Amino acid sequence: MSGLLAVKKVLLRRPALARILVLVAFFLFWEISARWWIDPMFMSPPSRVLASLSSVFETRGVPAALRITFWELTVAFAISVVIGLAIGLAVGLSRFSNRSFMPIILLLYGTPQITILPLFILYFGIGPASKIAFGVSHGIFPIIVTIVAGVQNIKPILMTSARSMGANRWQIFRWVIFPHMIPSFFAGMRLGMTGVLLGVLLAELYVSTAGIGYFTTLFTQNFDPTKLLGLISILAAMAIILNELVRRAEVHFARWRTD
Amino acid sequence: MSARQDRRDKFASRAVQIGFIVGLLTFWYLGTAYWGISPLLLPNPVKVWHELKDVLGSGEYLPDLQITLTELAVAFSISCTSGVTLGYLISRSQYLIKVFEPLLAGVYSVPIILFLPLYVLFFGLGPGSKIAIGTTISFFPIVLNTIAGFGYVDKIFITAARSMGASDVQMFRYVLLPAALPVILTGLRIGFTVALLSILGSETIASLAGLGHKIVHLAEAMETARMFAYIAFAVVIAAFLNTVVSSLERKARRR
Repeated sequence: MSGLLAVKKVLLRRPALARILVLVAFFLFWEISARWWIDPMFMSPPSRVLASLSSVFETRGVPAALRITFWELTVAFAISVVIGLAIGLAVGLSRFSNRSFMPIILLLYGTPQITILPLFILYFGIGPASKIAFGVSHGIFPIIVTIVAGVQNIKPILMTSARSMGANRWQIFRWVIFPHMIPSFFAGMRLGMTGVLLGVLLAELYVSTAGIGYFTTLFTQNFDPTKLLGLISILAAMAIILNELVRRAEVHFARWRTD
Repeated sequence: MSARQDRRDKFASRAVQIGFIVGLLTFWYLGTAYWGISPLLLPNPVKVWHELKDVLGSGEYLPDLQITLTELAVAFSISCTSGVTLGYLISRSQYLIKVFEPLLAGVYSVPIILFLPLYVLFFGLGPGSKIAIGTTISFFPIVLNTIAGFGYVDKIFITAARSMGASDVQMFRYVLLPAALPVILTGLRIGFTVALLSILGSETIASLAGLGHKIVHLAEAMETARMFAYIAFAVVIAAFLNTVVSSLERKARRR
């Protein structure tokens, strides 16, 4: 009895430990239910998924598919950042263009782009190009919107004082706008990464000849939940790592601003 | 800046916006009518307009729209009830918040659309898998915002209400709920939007019926003009639903 109380006390002091326990309980429940209650055609216990990870990698074409998907994600992200930054600065730095084009950008951002996914396939083919384009269409808007917001939020007094001390346009950009833009730039990159992941994965799942979408369809149609879960966990890990990289960068570069 | 100049500025911005849209439409028309862009890739806007009138007039869209909206309604009501209830229960103790919030936020950072093939395996190609994916995706913003709303109410309000002898019901009705409501409503709005998007998306990827399915079906049949009409229809429906939800949120917030 006192042992139980002590355990409870330790857990109450350490929420992180309790969190791990919750996770363990979840996987145990999954393991037990998948082993004894659910048809193995549909569900596979986590132990078997883990054991079969190597066989997923050995399936012909899967490593190449993962490489292709990763490449699509990187290219789409790079394009989104470059174009998003350019448009964001062009729109954010001038009052007039902000007023004129921001409503159009917000309108486009608000439309459900998933409805035009078939068009992307029609224009860019079923290869990686359509995935990259669809990823860019999801990733670019959050980047533009955050950068515009970041540029607009610079205190006017900073601009005025820089100008009154005789700074030229380039100096204002380099020493006032640029450092203030950094935090919102990285916040935009984080949102952009989420968008790119969503866009590329949606397009992959929709139609794919060599990417991971092909294999998720294959494993689903073969009723092979073990390999399907394995592939999904690998992709989830990829997504988590990419998200975390961008998030770390955001925290790192926003650190100078302590207010 | 003077008021007059401001007005002139506003007028010029409007002119640029209208010019942008008119220019886009002109290029679209010229491109398809005179410059020989294949109608399979880009149909003539006039033809799209006729198709749209035909779709709306014949009522052909009704079964698909009904399926999509039913899926959305079921998915959103499930995620609403479960998200708000679970969020409230977790938010009752700082300890539970510390245990569960990072877990939920962690799962939320994974693109949940990845699980779509698994859901199709479980629930089949019909509405079941769409409802399931819509529910899963919209559950997380709702539960996280509910926790944030109820969990971080300023201590001083709670202490003040307690010291004035508020009962549990009164505490909930007059302190917790008004403080948490704006945050929860934001969560519900985000949840609604992502539920709509994920249902349209999963219909596009693998389904038997629904608006997303119809668009894909027309794309595969190479009936591009009719597909454009359906895309326009779906976009308008989505924009309408999102506007309704946003204005509901604003209205509820103001009270």
